Amino acid sequence: MAELSKEIVIMKGIDKYYPGVQALANVDFTLNRGEVHALVGENGAGKSTLIKVLTGVDQPDAGTIMLNQQKINIRSPQHAQALGISTVYQEVNLCSNLSVAENILIGREPMKWGSIDRKAMNARAKEILQKLDVDLDVTQTLGSCSVAIQQMAAIARALEISSAKILILDEPTSSLDTHETEQLFSVIRKLKSDGVAIIFITHFLNQVYEVADRITVLRNGALVGTYETAKLSRLELIMKMIGRSLTELEDMSKLKQESSQHIKSEALLEAKGIRRANALEPLDLELHGGEVVGLAGLLGSGRTETAQLLFGIDKPDEGSIVIEGQPVNKYSPLNSIAHGVALCPEDRKDAGIVGELTVRENIILAIQASLGWFKYLTTREQYEVADKYIKLLNIVTPSPDQPVKNLSGGNQQKVILARWLATNPKLLIMDEPTRGIDVGTKAEIQKLVISLAEEGKSCLFISSELEEVLRTSHRIIVMRDRKKVAEFSGDVTENEVMHTIAGSLTETA
Amino acid sequence: MKQMSFLRRIRDSRLFWPLMAWFIILLFNAIVKPSFFKLSIMPDPVYGNHLYGNLIDIFNNGAPLILVSIGMTLVIATGGIDLSVGAVIAISAAMGTVLINPALGQKLISNEILTRNATNTPLPLIILADLAAGTLCGLWNGLLVSRARIQPMVATLILMVAGRGIAQLITGGQIMTIYYTPYFWFGNGYILGLPVSIYIVALVFILVWLLVRKTAIGLFIESVGTNARSTYYSGINEQNVTLLAYVVCGICGAIAGLIFSSYVHSADGNNNGMYYELDAILAVVMGGTLMTGGRFSIFASIIGAVVIWTFTVTVYSLGVPANALLAAKAVLVLVVILLYSDFARRLRYQLFERRGSHHGTAN
Amino acid sequence: MVQRIKLYIVQNGPLLLTFAVFLLVYFVGAQMYPVMQKPQVFFNLFINDSSLLLVSIGMTMVILSGGGGIDLSVGGVIALVSTASAAMLRSGVSPYVVLPLMIVMGVALGALMGWIIQYLKVQPFIATLMGLYFTRGMAYIISLTSVTIKDAVYKKIALTPIYIPFMEKAYIYPTTLVGPIMLLIAIYLLSFSRFGRTIYAMGNNEQSALLMGLAVPRTKVLVYAFSGLCSALAGIVFSMSLLAGYGQFATGMELDSIASVVIGGTSLAGGVGNVIGTLFGVLIHGTIVSILQFNGTLSSWWTRIGVGVLTLIAIGIQSVTYIKRKHS
Repeated sequence: MAELSKEIVIMKGIDKYYPGVQALANVDFTLNRGEVHALVGENGAGKSTLIKVLTGVDQPDAGTIMLNQQKINIRSPQHAQALGISTVYQEVNLCSNLSVAENILIGREPMKWGSIDRKAMNARAKEILQKLDVDLDVTQTLGSCSVAIQQMAAIARALEISSAKILILDEPTSSLDTHETEQLFSVIRKLKSDGVAIIFITHFLNQVYEVADRITVLRNGALVGTYETAKLSRLELIMKMIGRSLTELEDMSKLKQESSQHIKSEALLEAKGIRRANALEPLDLELHGGEVVGLAGLLGSGRTETAQLLFGIDKPDEGSIVIEGQPVNKYSPLNSIAHGVALCPEDRKDAGIVGELTVRENIILAIQASLGWFKYLTTREQYEVADKYIKLLNIVTPSPDQPVKNLSGGNQQKVILARWLATNPKLLIMDEPTRGIDVGTKAEIQKLVISLAEEGKSCLFISSELEEVLRTSHRIIVMRDRKKVAEFSGDVTENEVMHTIAGSLTETA
Repeated sequence: MKQMSFLRRIRDSRLFWPLMAWFIILLFNAIVKPSFFKLSIMPDPVYGNHLYGNLIDIFNNGAPLILVSIGMTLVIATGGIDLSVGAVIAISAAMGTVLINPALGQKLISNEILTRNATNTPLPLIILADLAAGTLCGLWNGLLVSRARIQPMVATLILMVAGRGIAQLITGGQIMTIYYTPYFWFGNGYILGLPVSIYIVALVFILVWLLVRKTAIGLFIESVGTNARSTYYSGINEQNVTLLAYVVCGICGAIAGLIFSSYVHSADGNNNGMYYELDAILAVVMGGTLMTGGRFSIFASIIGAVVIWTFTVTVYSLGVPANALLAAKAVLVLVVILLYSDFARRLRYQLFERRGSHHGTAN
Repeated sequence: MVQRIKLYIVQNGPLLLTFAVFLLVYFVGAQMYPVMQKPQVFFNLFINDSSLLLVSIGMTMVILSGGGGIDLSVGGVIALVSTASAAMLRSGVSPYVVLPLMIVMGVALGALMGWIIQYLKVQPFIATLMGLYFTRGMAYIISLTSVTIKDAVYKKIALTPIYIPFMEKAYIYPTTLVGPIMLLIAIYLLSFSRFGRTIYAMGNNEQSALLMGLAVPRTKVLVYAFSGLCSALAGIVFSMSLLAGYGQFATGMELDSIASVVIGGTSLAGGVGNVIGTLFGVLIHGTIVSILQFNGTLSSWWTRIGVGVLTLIAIGIQSVTYIKRKHS
């Protein structure tokens, strides 16, 4: 057998366009045999697009991919699997209605007499999992297992079915506890020693330092660079990821300092012991006019659930909400609008924009909702509102009559903001308003939040980018396991909050 | 350049393709059977002199379909479907004829009673009862879809099948024949030489158009059809919007049933309005409303319905049996749906123009 | 052991519930109409509902495959198969040619619909609704009136009773056996073949199934083809039991079948359910219809309304239990 080269994958000059955005611009990426290679960058940096290109979900618009020194076209996820490239996603892409064993082996079940040999299948699955030091009843349905086990099953499947030479782990640890994370890491190290090349995507930098050999940083769809983990300090890494000079950051914090004088003393909204089964443990919350409150925590920590309860999407099982002295007794978005509450939802595409409708119609939607069916805004009034907010928020669109689906992500987000600002809310809840949008727009939105507070509005700012929360918020509430675990004033350090988010167990670096 | 964009505007208009199809069918008739276009004045002692000819027939006989298409447009625009329109037509027809039946409530039924040109129920009451029946059917469908969250297809399939049972229940399982000329006027009468049904269609169109375009309802329907979740998050009660669409559809079905039974002087729970759901879906899709919901144009759907009825009349005038038409129409629906699919749309744009911004058409 | 039994009950809850409902309905019927206590009435359920059982087996697979999967064409295919075979037999074609030809036609129609759904991205209910109208239309083109079958082979198969051993005077017909045989085949396919497991996988999450490298497109086409096969067999059974073919046969069969499948515990969302449940769904449906028929005062249209109500109740129970499960 010929000597295999060190590099197993070489991607060169990859470009990828989506309608309205260039998701990847001339990105190079190399992966070596037997290494753990971390792929990092903020939301919208292009990590997931790069993975989609490598796994055949999307085709690149330019560039070449070499696998084992041979140029190839990866046509589909199946093709990628056949080539030995397997992916384990954050939301496990397995079938919860099938057994663990089936999930590991479906498509390659052992057969006997023309039918699936369940006994052999279960035995084989158990054996594979034991290799990963996981021991469980493989006949139970996957849906009844913890997320960590589901991920182990996904990895086991990747190893068994495609005899994976390249394993991509996309945010595998985001819903794991510390022990499970450790378990996963030991599996990763074992696979690495077997010569499997692993791409590891994560938001947790300490984990990068724990397992990765090399780090590739992406920002805004462009390559920042690839570095040896040992030679890159954590601060340098963050700077490369964020790419903003420190002066700009200071600028923002000065703005924040100044605006903090406007905070009103009486509460605008008071939530007492609101609780909802499987969503939120009892929570007390007080929001004031002129204040930006940051809500920090991991995915699934109860941030979004809090936002949805405050906006009346869901009804609390217990507890009460009082807005400006008036208790809320009917929970619906329409009622919340009447109370002066607005929500920019986390899921922009599914719960935010109405793609087919024009920018104008999207902007007036919430005002019209509060006016009802029969008090229809005249076309002129609609254009007036739309034009005002297009100008105010600097929305880039050829005309107010453009279907909103044709706009870029950042501009879509601004349209949703415009929709809510048009209702002149007293409290604006923003759930991940900057996810997946370009840096320029991000900064604009952050500044907007502070200026809204200066006008006397209250803002609840939710983001998984801690640094952003710190920059904009006067007060920070940290959530974990559907509970409020701490509350900080605005001048807390990133490290302190990070410790709180992660709980007492993690953080070794 | 300006001319180019004008041409493109025509081609992007919702009305372009259905009008084109209509034009082709008419052209075919002009070549194969020029007598198709003959219009003459028919003296009529009962209903007054009026115009007569295939073109009038298209609008007169097509009126129930056009009405149903108007309602179906709103339902499809919300992202739903109403398979029960045919059954609603049958229920409404059964309701009307049973109430007209002069023997209603009498124990002794003689032939003399049945053939007497009279009824014991006042006509406005009959109309109201029909409309109420349609509203009820619409409410039923709408509540199942919006409140019980049953898939529209399954929810309306229940009434599609059970509704025919209900229609038979109303008529006692018989084919009801009626004789009451004031009722016949809806389907056979004329005003200023044109069929009454055309005026009814125009009236319903104007009322529904005002309802959806001069209030926010049209915008809300389009919003629900495009993205129900976003719509709800924007403070719109998307359940009521959906409910309204089904109710309007039910009422349209009821009016269609009224005209239908008036036209044929009878009601048959088993066969009235058979396959209307198919034709209505076809009309709406031809009118450019996507099956997934969103943007809609009632007028374009009406043109779609006219095209279908012209096609039907043409095929009949060529001597093809009615049931054979069914198979042909099924194929036609599929072809039309494919032509309007994203895939075909992309193909067309690749053929006709280079990369450029696509301008949505709002109406 | 107790633990195991508990687990079994929890895992097969819907199936046991359907079985219990069937026993209950039959028991109530037998109390109301003592005729129903005769074993023959029970076997009549299989005789009368053999076509419904067949199409429901196909329907179960289609609904299990998820993605809004549904086959509204089943009644139309029955009508077309019955009319086409009757017409061919009348013109003297051998039944040994007609039978395989009808099966091929059913499979081809199903596969075509599946192909349209999978590759042209047409919603299943639209594609199969077109299939329904197309097949009924074709049946009418073949003959506008009912065509009787006089073929000797057909008559022999249709009218030879098979007596049930150890039971006096209880019998079924050879055609009655087609349904149970297909049921066994379906059980094998769904539980022990890759094809069947892929159906469950894609019914749970089509995207995941694709990412797991399963042959989703091929399976989808095959599922509709299988449903076409079941419908064709049902059409043959139907035409044998009535010894005729007609375009109006089996009107409303699509709802009967969907009702049976849903009553049998299969989720309309896909991925959950099995054909054994469907068997009991069909039996429940058949029992209720026979009760309605034993009650002579109720007219035939009540059956239609009854089926509608039944479907609604089944969907209602299902949505309540699934909501509960989601919350626990």
